[in-house]
Amino acid sequence: MRVETDIARASWGNYPAESQRLTLLRDRHAPLPLEGDESVLPYGQGRSYGDSCLNTGGLLLGTQALDRFIYFDDATGVLTCEAGVTLAAIIDLALPRGWFLPVTPGTKFVSLGGAIANDVHGKNHHREGTLGAHVISFELLTSDGARRLCSPSENAEVFAATIGGLGLTGLVTSATIQLKRVASAFLSGRSIKFGNLDEFFSLSETFVGSHEYTVSWIDCLSAGDALGRGIFMCANQATADEVAAAGAKAGRHLPLTVPIMPPLSLVNQLTLKPFNWAYYHRQYTSDVARLWHYNSFHYPLDAIANWNRIYGPKGLLQYQCVVPRADQQAVSRALLAEISRSGQGSFLVVFKTFGARASPGLLSFPMEGATLALDFPIRGLSTFALLDRLDAIVVEAGGRIYPAKDARMSGETFQRGYPRLSEFLPFIDPRFSSAFERRVMRK
Amino acid sequence: MQRIVIFGATSGIAEASAREFAKAGASFFLVARNAVALDDLGADLKVRGAASVQMRVADLSEVENLPALCREAGIALGGIDVALIAHGVLPDQEACLASCRKALETLQVNAVSPAVLMLEIAGYLTQQGHGHLVILSSVAGDRGRPSNYVYGASKALLSVLGEGMALSLASKGIKVLVVKPGFVDTKMTAAFKKGALWASAADVGRAIVGAVESGKTGVLYTPRWWQLIMLIIKHAPGFIVRRI
Repeated sequence: MRVETDIARASWGNYPAESQRLTLLRDRHAPLPLEGDESVLPYGQGRSYGDSCLNTGGLLLGTQALDRFIYFDDATGVLTCEAGVTLAAIIDLALPRGWFLPVTPGTKFVSLGGAIANDVHGKNHHREGTLGAHVISFELLTSDGARRLCSPSENAEVFAATIGGLGLTGLVTSATIQLKRVASAFLSGRSIKFGNLDEFFSLSETFVGSHEYTVSWIDCLSAGDALGRGIFMCANQATADEVAAAGAKAGRHLPLTVPIMPPLSLVNQLTLKPFNWAYYHRQYTSDVARLWHYNSFHYPLDAIANWNRIYGPKGLLQYQCVVPRADQQAVSRALLAEISRSGQGSFLVVFKTFGARASPGLLSFPMEGATLALDFPIRGLSTFALLDRLDAIVVEAGGRIYPAKDARMSGETFQRGYPRLSEFLPFIDPRFSSAFERRVMRK
Repeated sequence: MQRIVIFGATSGIAEASAREFAKAGASFFLVARNAVALDDLGADLKVRGAASVQMRVADLSEVENLPALCREAGIALGGIDVALIAHGVLPDQEACLASCRKALETLQVNAVSPAVLMLEIAGYLTQQGHGHLVILSSVAGDRGRPSNYVYGASKALLSVLGEGMALSLASKGIKVLVVKPGFVDTKMTAAFKKGALWASAADVGRAIVGAVESGKTGVLYTPRWWQLIMLIIKHAPGFIVRRI
C-alpha cells in the first residue's frame, strides 16, 4: 500500500510554495511505487533552493528513510551506503576514523543521493573537482524495473547522465564513494581582507596552488573603487600538531534556530547595509592566521536551523552562476555592479574561482572560471527583473546558472548554458520528471 | 562491551536503538522475520561500530519455539547484558472486531509472544545474575480508547507484566524497563497524519539507550511529557476519552 503525505514549501527557498505529494521509500530492494500514472521524482532533504526538487502535480519519492550504511573500509576510505544517508551522518561516522568528505557543499544536511544528482562542489573545487569525481559507483533503479550498477567504466553513459542529472534518470538507491584522509577535524589557513575585485583575483591566483580550500565573502553593496571588496579565506586540513599547538577544541555550538517565519523578510534595506559594513570591518588587520573547526569553515549556516525563514513567507531566490575564466574579471565586475546598483542582495555573498578539473556529469554546473552565489529576498517583479539582467550577462559571457539554486531562469538561458543537454535528454526516465525539467528542458 | 539480543530487530524503534548501541561497540544477536531487512540492518550496525552481529530469521508468533530461541541467543553471545523485546503490529481495529481470529492473531503477536519472551529472558538473566530486560510497550496500554483498544489491551498486558517483574526482580540484580513511547514516526505509523506530538524513532532510540546506560528500571515514557498527558487521560472521564 502506498502512503502519501502533503508537504508545503518543500524546497529550501520556500519558492515556489505549492504543496507537493510525497511517499516515503523504506526499502531499497523494493520496486518503485508506480501504481498511479503521475510522474515521480526522488526527494532527499529538500535543500535544493528552487524547483529542481519539486514535482507539482506528480509524486515525490522521499529517500529520508533509506539511511542505512552498507559497507565501510577503514583502511581505504571506501564507503557504500543508501542514497538517503546525509553528509552529516557520513561525517559523524567517518571523521572519528580519520576520513572526511572529498568534496562538500555549504551544508551537510543534504542526502548523498541529492549531492550526486546535483554534482555538488565545494571550496576545494580547484583541486578536487566536483563530488561526482569521487563517486566510485551507484545503483540506479529505473521505471522498467531494471537495476543498473553504474560507474565510470560500467554503464558509463548512464553514470555521466545521472551525475548532475537532477534525479531525472531514475532513483539512485545506493552509492559508493571514496572519502579523503584527514589528520584532524580542523582547518588552518588565513583570512585576508581585499579592497576590490582585482585584489580578489590576485589573492586567488596566489593561494590556489598552496591551499586546498579557498572562498571569499563579498560586500554586495560596495560600489565604485571598492566594488567587490570582501574577505578571502584559504585553508588546508590542519595537522594534529597544529591543532594541539593551538589547544583547539570543537566549540559547543548553541542550538540556534529561527523558530517561526516572520511576516516580512528580515533581510531588507534597513538591515543589509549595516550588516555588510560590520562584517567587512569586524576584522581589523588585513591578514589573520586562523584555525577553524570544520563546522565553522564548511557549514557556518548549518549552525542556525531553518535560517531560510528569515526571508519571510515570500521566500528567497538564490542565484549562483559561473562565468568562464577568459573574461572572468570583467564579467564579474559587470555582475557586481548590477547587483550593487539594485540595492538588493543578501548578507552572505560567496565568490570563488573554479579549477580546470572536468566534471563527470553531462549537466554538471562547474566550469573553469569565477562563481558567484547570493540570496535575494523576493520583493516581487523587480527581483525577477534583476536576475534576468544578470542571466543576460552570464549567458553572453558563455557562463551558466546552477539548477540546484534556481526557480526562475528561462528555458533559453538554461539551454544555452548547458550545451550537452541534447545528449542528456534521452536518459530521462519516461516516468520521472520535475517542475524544473518541465520549465526549462522542453522546447 | 555489551551483548545485546533484540527481538523484532527491524522495527523502527528497535533499529534506532540498535544504532545507538552499535556506536558504543556492542555485540548483537538480532531476531526478525524479514531476512533481507535483517541483513540490511546487520550491515548497517557493523559499519556503525558493532563488534559483531549475528542474525536469526524467525517468526516470533510461533511461541513454542521461543524458549529455544532465547537459549540460542544466550549461547551465541556468551551471555546477555541487554534484551530488547520490540516486535509487534498495529492492527486494523475494525478487522479485529469483525473477526475473532484476527483479534486473537494480534494478541498472539503483540501480547502472548512478547510475554513468553519476557518470562524466558527473565529466567535466563536471573540464572546469570545480571542483565537488563527492556520491553517496548506503548502509551496506548494505559487506557482503552475507542480507536485502538485491541492494540492497547495487548500493550497493557506487557506493561503490567513488566512493571511487576521490575519490582520483583530488582532484589536479584535484574533490571526491567517498560518503554512507553507516544506517537512515533515509523513504518508502523506511516499511514497517520503527523502533528506536533510526533517524535522521531531516532529520538526514542536515544532515550531508550540513555535509560539503559543509566540503569533505569520501571517505566520510561518517551518523550517524557507523555507521562503528564497519560496522567490526565487515565483520569479523564469516559465522555472525554470517547472523543480522542
